[in-house]
Amino acid sequence: MDQLLQHLLNGLLLGATYSLLGIGLTLVFGLMSVVNFAHGEFYTLGAYAAFAALMVASVHFFLAIPLAIVVGAAAGAVCERGLLRPLRGQSIDTVMLVMIGLWIAMQNAELLGWGGVAKSVPTPFPTQPLVLGPVSVAPLRVFVFVVSAALILGAHLLLARTKLGRAMRATFQDRETAALMGVSIERIHTVTFAFGAGLAAAAGALLGPVFLLYPSMGDLASLKAFSVVILGGLGNFAGAALGGLVLGVAEELGAGYVSSGYRDAVGFLMIVAVLLLRPSGLFARAERVG
Amino acid sequence: MSRAVVSVVVAVAALLSLSGAGVFAQDPIKIGVIQPLSGPVAASGNYVRMGAEIARDWINARGGVLGKQVQLLIEDNKSDPKEAATAAEKLIVKDKVPVIVGAWGSSMTLAAMPKLEEYGVPMIVETSSAASITKRGNPWVFRLSPPSEMEALGLEKYLKDFGIKKADFLAVNTDWGRGSVGAFGDLLKRSGASVGAVEYMDQAATDMNAQITKVKAGSADTLFLTTSVEQITLVLKQAQEQRLTRKVITTGGSSSPSQLIKQAGAAAEGSYHILFFLPWFPEAMPDGKLAKAFVDEWAKRGHPFEGLTEGFRGHDGVLTAVEGVRLAGKADPKAVQEALWKVNVMGLNGPIKFEKDGPAGKESGQSKPSIFIVQVKDGKIALPAFAAKK
Repeated sequence: MDQLLQHLLNGLLLGATYSLLGIGLTLVFGLMSVVNFAHGEFYTLGAYAAFAALMVASVHFFLAIPLAIVVGAAAGAVCERGLLRPLRGQSIDTVMLVMIGLWIAMQNAELLGWGGVAKSVPTPFPTQPLVLGPVSVAPLRVFVFVVSAALILGAHLLLARTKLGRAMRATFQDRETAALMGVSIERIHTVTFAFGAGLAAAAGALLGPVFLLYPSMGDLASLKAFSVVILGGLGNFAGAALGGLVLGVAEELGAGYVSSGYRDAVGFLMIVAVLLLRPSGLFARAERVG
Repeated sequence: MSRAVVSVVVAVAALLSLSGAGVFAQDPIKIGVIQPLSGPVAASGNYVRMGAEIARDWINARGGVLGKQVQLLIEDNKSDPKEAATAAEKLIVKDKVPVIVGAWGSSMTLAAMPKLEEYGVPMIVETSSAASITKRGNPWVFRLSPPSEMEALGLEKYLKDFGIKKADFLAVNTDWGRGSVGAFGDLLKRSGASVGAVEYMDQAATDMNAQITKVKAGSADTLFLTTSVEQITLVLKQAQEQRLTRKVITTGGSSSPSQLIKQAGAAAEGSYHILFFLPWFPEAMPDGKLAKAFVDEWAKRGHPFEGLTEGFRGHDGVLTAVEGVRLAGKADPKAVQEALWKVNVMGLNGPIKFEKDGPAGKESGQSKPSIFIVQVKDGKIALPAFAAKK
């Protein structure tokens, strides 16, 4: 029983990070129909930006995270203006190829800039775990969980309740009508992509200190983000948030009670099952952002 | 008269070939190096590369080999077996290297091995531990690193001191990890201890909490940990978060304990590490002077100290490859393969000399390296009390 509780706790903590990875990706896909293969690279960028802020500019840990989000969003805006805007109206495949190119270029730039040796990020949190009866958890992970939840909620509110969010949804639902209503279409495209990139960078800045930083860290993040997005339904914001938790808990229980060697297989089996039985995602009835 | 002229010409030619002008006029001796320079185990690969470069520079400063300078052609296998095979093929077919040093991970080495056989080029294996590497009947493989079985034997004399009754295993899900679990598991069973949970993790995995929770539920006293320094760091930190109390022993020699102290902090305290080079105590190495010189040169180049336990492999690999070329008398793969059997040099780890291993008639070469054990104590590296005595 104690073991099960610890597994569930581990799974939820891990799942929240998957959710955070998934929402940025699903947002960009749902609104812009761009399959962002470079999503994991914005995650890596966020992690290294936080590291640079901490170690090079020696700003405080809590300031390094918002800084990393700004860097990620700015990089996203530049990519949108430079790469995606000229491709507007091109087929989704062309855009996909460009994004794969961006992924490779960004990862190699990170390798060139930072070297391949893993780096660890110091945090102000104590390393001694918080003990809650039979289970224990690191204070840093609790912080990451809380901030992830806040970011997911904040992103949801921004989309659903603000004028900017409404303009975003309107633009991608019907471009011409939105333009006639006075929405600056080009600006919305840039803002939306920057938003998705910023969320990925936030995940990187939060998870970098939990794990380690290395240039190819984004590959695993991308893989998990895509899994979450497929589980939750492409473009489904709430689906991605829940899908992350489901994937985290499933992996954890699979590794704990079936076989740790097949840990990742558990997640993929679930995706295959979802694609066969509920191809539009586990939470297909939830509202779509797109 | 004519004989005197010939000998003068030969002497002049020999002198020229040794002088700088002669060196630049000739093609260098190319040595291929395949390492993981990017990807999840990149730290280790880069350290091995740094060690290989020191060996190259030392050899060239002494005049190179066969009167020619040594050139390293370094390929990145991206921590990926498929890339290791591609890199081997590129080095052999395009660059025409007579010998390769590589490819760090067992799965990467195993993937490159069929290419060695296909084209007939020898490879010095500097790091890989899976037993199967020298058991497959590939006569082009010459291994410096100990297979897990040999490592387990090295630990055997200390088993009583460790007082292991039951041990769990957590290993990377590769040929290396799985081979290591088998070898150390056999050792424990032979000595009357039992094996508890056996858990694996993907090479790129970062969250090992599930495995740790499972291990924690058991009743073992020791945890054998086999993976790269990156994952060891994460496992130790996550084990601390879950209050796992086990004697931890890492195997494979790639744990870079100084890096663990830096990155895992207190979580590394008390852990034991099997290593093949001790940069903290160079004078205790079989060739203390050589070890000291290497540690000094490493520092002079500004390389991180924690990389030395991995970097020595690159030095010994290149040293062996060049010695093979020297004994062969030419940069020809077949000749180098035959010459490698005659190699008898002193490396940083100790004497390098190959013995036959694997199916008769198609044996691979296996050297018998020295094996050491250290402990993290009060945030420093120490020889465990029992090992210091023996």
